[in-house]
Amino acid sequence: MYVEIKNINKHYGNFKATDNASFGIEKGKLVALLGPSGSGKTTILRMIAGLENPDEGEILIDGKVVNNIPASKRGIGFVFQSYALFRYMTVYDNVAFGLEIQKVPKDKIRERVLELIELVGLKGMEKRYPNQLSGGQRQRVAFARALAPNPTLLLLDEPFAAIDAKVRAELRTWLADMIHKVGITSIFVTHDQDEAVDVADDIIVTNKGRIEQHGTPREIYESPKTPFVAEFIGTSAKYENFGVLKGFSKEEKVHGALIRPEFVEVFKADNANIEPYLKYADDGVVESVTFRGNSVELGIDVKGLKLTALRSLERRKIEVGEKVKVLVYRLYTYDGDQVKIIENAELAGKETVKL
Amino acid sequence: MADTKRIKHAKQVRVIPGFGLTLGITIAMLSLLIIIPLASVLLYSFQLNPSEFWKLITAQNVINAFKASIICALIAALINSVFGLILAWVLVKYEFPGKRLLDGLIELPFALPTAVAGITLSKMYSNTGFPGSFFSSIGIDISYTHIGIVIALIFIGIPFTVRAVQPVLEKLDGQYEEAAYILGASRTKTFFKVIFPELFPSLLTGFGLALARGIGEYGSVIYISGNSAKNGTQVVSYVIMQKLERMDYASATAIALVLLIISFLLLFAVNIIQIRRSRRISVR
Amino acid sequence: MEIFDEKQLKAKKRTKYILITISALFLIFMLVLPLISVIVNSLREGIAFYFEALSTQYVTSALVVTLIATLFAVGVNTFFGIVASWVLTRFEFKGKNVLSTLIDIPFSISPVIAGLAFIMTFGRLGWASPIIEWINETLGTDIQIVFAIPGVVLATIFVTFPFVSREIVPVLNTVGHDEEEAAALMGAGGFKIFRKITFPHIKWALLYGVILCTARALGEFGAVHALSKARGKTFTLPLEIDALYMSGSADSITASFAVSSLLVFIAVIVLVFRNVFEYRTKNKSKKVKSGE
Repeated sequence: MYVEIKNINKHYGNFKATDNASFGIEKGKLVALLGPSGSGKTTILRMIAGLENPDEGEILIDGKVVNNIPASKRGIGFVFQSYALFRYMTVYDNVAFGLEIQKVPKDKIRERVLELIELVGLKGMEKRYPNQLSGGQRQRVAFARALAPNPTLLLLDEPFAAIDAKVRAELRTWLADMIHKVGITSIFVTHDQDEAVDVADDIIVTNKGRIEQHGTPREIYESPKTPFVAEFIGTSAKYENFGVLKGFSKEEKVHGALIRPEFVEVFKADNANIEPYLKYADDGVVESVTFRGNSVELGIDVKGLKLTALRSLERRKIEVGEKVKVLVYRLYTYDGDQVKIIENAELAGKETVKL
Repeated sequence: MADTKRIKHAKQVRVIPGFGLTLGITIAMLSLLIIIPLASVLLYSFQLNPSEFWKLITAQNVINAFKASIICALIAALINSVFGLILAWVLVKYEFPGKRLLDGLIELPFALPTAVAGITLSKMYSNTGFPGSFFSSIGIDISYTHIGIVIALIFIGIPFTVRAVQPVLEKLDGQYEEAAYILGASRTKTFFKVIFPELFPSLLTGFGLALARGIGEYGSVIYISGNSAKNGTQVVSYVIMQKLERMDYASATAIALVLLIISFLLLFAVNIIQIRRSRRISVR
Repeated sequence: MEIFDEKQLKAKKRTKYILITISALFLIFMLVLPLISVIVNSLREGIAFYFEALSTQYVTSALVVTLIATLFAVGVNTFFGIVASWVLTRFEFKGKNVLSTLIDIPFSISPVIAGLAFIMTFGRLGWASPIIEWINETLGTDIQIVFAIPGVVLATIFVTFPFVSREIVPVLNTVGHDEEEAAALMGAGGFKIFRKITFPHIKWALLYGVILCTARALGEFGAVHALSKARGKTFTLPLEIDALYMSGSADSITASFAVSSLLVFIAVIVLVFRNVFEYRTKNKSKKVKSGE
């Protein structure tokens, strides 16, 4: 583990910002701290940076406890949410600042700065001031500036928050590529699950100061460990009375289930291919059809449950009021803080081809 | 939440260097140059016994001086609140030639030495000056009366009210008014129901600052007031100076202490208004 | 979309002209007329008299004393202003509001009290006067504070104390402290951060604060009046103006206005600079906004 935090607690007044949080991050990974606002993700980042002190617990970087090492000596690069570019310095001087502090020889500084400016694709803009740059360009400068002194750990606080939605997607792939190219261990904070899934090698989900789950985006998505993660990642709806569906039975202690649209398959009643599965499928009535650009979102009433399903535009059209067959592949049941993935019992062992 | 009381809080990290040094220098300089000298006044006035103290500050001429200072400063601050509001409104809402010149002039009383303002106003409003001769021809004497004191305090206080209201008015969104118009509110109603409540705290701040300044004012007042004990046109600062010149330190410090307390109360009130206002804004 | 009908627009215009007229008249009577009055009064006896009035020994001595006091006040308060605004805007700590209120004290108390405060500290009855006497005896010096130049200097520092910090604090609050934090994270020291990052943000506000402080120091009257009794020795320009005016003869009143005109001239320069300063900051904030 390159970065490790152990049993960290942090209070602001009576507010518990971090509640016994522990995790480890492998060298070279790009990790997202994902959670809703107020979930303590930024606090954790700031504690790793040394901008805050934990009340209890240890923070280790490269095997060394850094709790008592000042922020500037931890070997980290930090990209602020607002970028905090030096407004009275040119792009060149911004990137060079950290190196000048370290008393690196002038020609070495020049070499490194120009290399970085080229790397982030801002060649020719060395003499510009921050207010002459676009939001995306500013972020690139902030990135280059953080990297200049060769940090071993890069921390980014909501790096895309200040950027237009249109440019954001493009910029985040760029940043992920850059980070992998440089090979630096990086942690970034975000409240946007798409961003985390898109960019990160690993995701750490935080909620109310606690670490909910740590895993690859796929693990987090496919096998959420807590009700919070199951609900926070992806879109889903809660159903208490899911036992009415064919292939599922509700145990006593289970509170309910979460069903994602992609778990629900809808067939037209006259679909010949469905014959073998017909007995596992429920009857439903289409209540709404909404165009979603790349698919159609269907609202279906199945035995009183209002399910949502997505349907490819390539398939036959379904109308409001139409009677359809509905198949639910799987769902997440929850009780207290436990989540279980329950596969449709009727389909077990059978090959289910999406039809 | 019994255990929350025992939470131990980590020491706050200050990433930016220099906290101890700058705080130390600030407190040291503040203490040496401001607090300790002022404390000397307190120290001395506490040596007086209460009845003596009471006798000194309730002498007829002292009472008259406080009356003159407070009443004139109140009147001037009220007038300045009205004109301050009008001036701020005109400077923010309208475009017209010479606007920047008017705007720049507002600060003149801050920049002009009080003694210069004092002798000039005194000369202008005496019955030989302009517009003093005009007023005396219709039977109104200004110099050497309470009206003169009020005029000098209007001069000194006007920047406080204008500059308190102006920034708030600038930030007030125009859509706010438009929304009220669309809802059918009349112009006067819009002003009093929508705009004025927004401006009121800042106007109160300006009023308080102008009042505080006016009550303690010396240089600009003492020439135009005439300083007549008989007519009650001596202001508090003048009386303190008079006592000092007569080496009557007991009286001087006693009066100064009362004046200080009044100033502190006003300053305190103004600060409370400002802190409450900034809280209200941050909640939004 | 136009939401006002014609009648409303007319009423709006009428209010506008009425309010502008009121404002202009108020400012002309209250502020412009006094300025003109100083100049007219100072030239009543002609140009030759004007320059003669400015070159008396009393006036030149007062000018020197004024300049000394101003120099000290500006130096001390500039240093203080920078340090205090740094601590008030770059850190969070308990008692911050109290500290900033205390710094503003000289702004809202009578200047006469400032003078009195130094008399009660260093004067005959003051607790510090034995200390000064002891220093004088042991070192063989002859330091006088009250009714001497040091008293004048101290009083001037007192009344102009918050001027520089008051100008810098709002600027630093608007700028925020992200840049300093970023620089500190990279390991930059305090002086380096101040010089390279903070100073460029505050240089205009600092200059304006210094000029305002200068103007106030040159013109301070009440506090100095209490502490300075020797005309031609410890008198400042405003005290000299007072002395000339109070002597009552027509000539000396004209001379008093002549000396005043010097200070009016400085006040006008300060106002011009203030406008340039404000225009610059407003323009810059516009530019920054449109740049984003």
